[in-house]
Amino acid sequence: MTTYYSEEHEWITVEGDVATLGITQHAADQLGEVVFIEQKEAEDEFEKGDEIGVIESVKAASEIYAPLDGEIVEVNEALADAPASLNESPEGDAWIYKIKLTNMDQLEDLMDLDGYKALIG
Amino acid sequence: MTDAPKRTPLYDLHVELGGKIVDFAGWEMPVQYPMGIMGEHKQCREKAALFDVSHMGQVILKGDNVGEKLEAICPQAYATLKEGKARYGFFTNPEGGIMDDLIVSNAGDHFFVVVNASMRHQDIPHMAANLDGVEVIEIFDRALVAVQGPSAEDVVGTHCPAARDMKFMETIVAEIGGIECRISRLGYTGEDGYEISIPEDKAVEVSKLFLAHDDCEPAGLGARDSLRLEAGLCLYGNDIDQSTSPIEASLSWAIQKRRKEEGGFPGADRIKKELADGAAKKLVGIKPEGRAPARQGVEIQCAEGNTIGEITSGGFGPTVGAPVAMGYVSKGHGAPGEKVNLIIRGKAQPAEIVALPFVQQNYKR
Repeated sequence: MTTYYSEEHEWITVEGDVATLGITQHAADQLGEVVFIEQKEAEDEFEKGDEIGVIESVKAASEIYAPLDGEIVEVNEALADAPASLNESPEGDAWIYKIKLTNMDQLEDLMDLDGYKALIG
Repeated sequence: MTDAPKRTPLYDLHVELGGKIVDFAGWEMPVQYPMGIMGEHKQCREKAALFDVSHMGQVILKGDNVGEKLEAICPQAYATLKEGKARYGFFTNPEGGIMDDLIVSNAGDHFFVVVNASMRHQDIPHMAANLDGVEVIEIFDRALVAVQGPSAEDVVGTHCPAARDMKFMETIVAEIGGIECRISRLGYTGEDGYEISIPEDKAVEVSKLFLAHDDCEPAGLGARDSLRLEAGLCLYGNDIDQSTSPIEASLSWAIQKRRKEEGGFPGADRIKKELADGAAKKLVGIKPEGRAPARQGVEIQCAEGNTIGEITSGGFGPTVGAPVAMGYVSKGHGAPGEKVNLIIRGKAQPAEIVALPFVQQNYKR
């Protein structure tokens, strides 16, 4: 099980060809208090760079962009009633999707934890 | 003139208090502190919050018959504004649109006007050009802070007993901790509270006196916006602008009866006509049924699917616990209870027209 990070401040934990995706604590802190998340549905397919969700904070809306190609297998339904959990545990209970990866090579373009820590300074 | 962002006398204090600084109308202002926008908003509704609003324009008007002369550019009855009183108003343009909204106070030997930071550059020359025989003095050496909330009377009153006896929309000069300030009992949150003009070199000292009260915490522009939105108060540039008339903006209440009858201000023809026949559109409250906020620019459709208007302000209301919005809908629509759809990211989200304010106002009348 390995966790990768994108420049768009998402984390993705991979086990075989299935992965769990969410936003980092850094992203959640930058967004401020989350009040709403718009999520895609299970079986939706996407490519790297596609918009796969929108997070609304008190002040503004922010898109979530796919860090690689995939298909949504499971949506975290708990977020609808508890959007604030994205601020409290974005790297744990407040994961956003479980996805099936369709292009494992794309993992090479992502960062490891050290790389991400360097990015956010 | 430099383009560098400006700082208020309280900038260092904001940084010291952990304020997140952003640019607003060319000023470096705190959008929030570590408590966060929702926490600061609730603090204001439940206890008291201190806002730095020094970026707004403070103007002294000196001369004879200032109130009467203001009536040439405002539809308010400023000629009969009593000494020690403040009144909300606006400058209108010849088309009947709103140039800026403002507060005018009769301070006895002068008038005191507070205008929006974003329109200072327009308002001061506008007054100078149109108020014959009146000295228009823009103040650059005073801070302006707002203390708002049910505990505001105690926060300010602890250091200025005279503040406790003030009623809503009254203004006095009094000492706070020995420092002479202008204190007005009014604000932009829907709560009881004060706006206080302080000499710039004493601004930090006076602010710290307020913050020393157990109930008083600093709040930024983020909470200021969510508070005024829940209170149904217009924001210039969003809900009102050069094209919107006061009647469209549901601000008919701010034009006193005599002025409605007599006119004598820019745009009076349009405004009188709209008072008689109704305006082409009107500003209403909108409550989305779901949890998705509807922000400025979102299209409003009636139940039949026709476009009837647009959201001008919207976001999440922490006290309401749900999204809230204001927007314009065309004549024939906008009765409280009317079901509408908001087109958010291409999807129709159900909502309802509601009467403003979303949260009851608590002014000390």
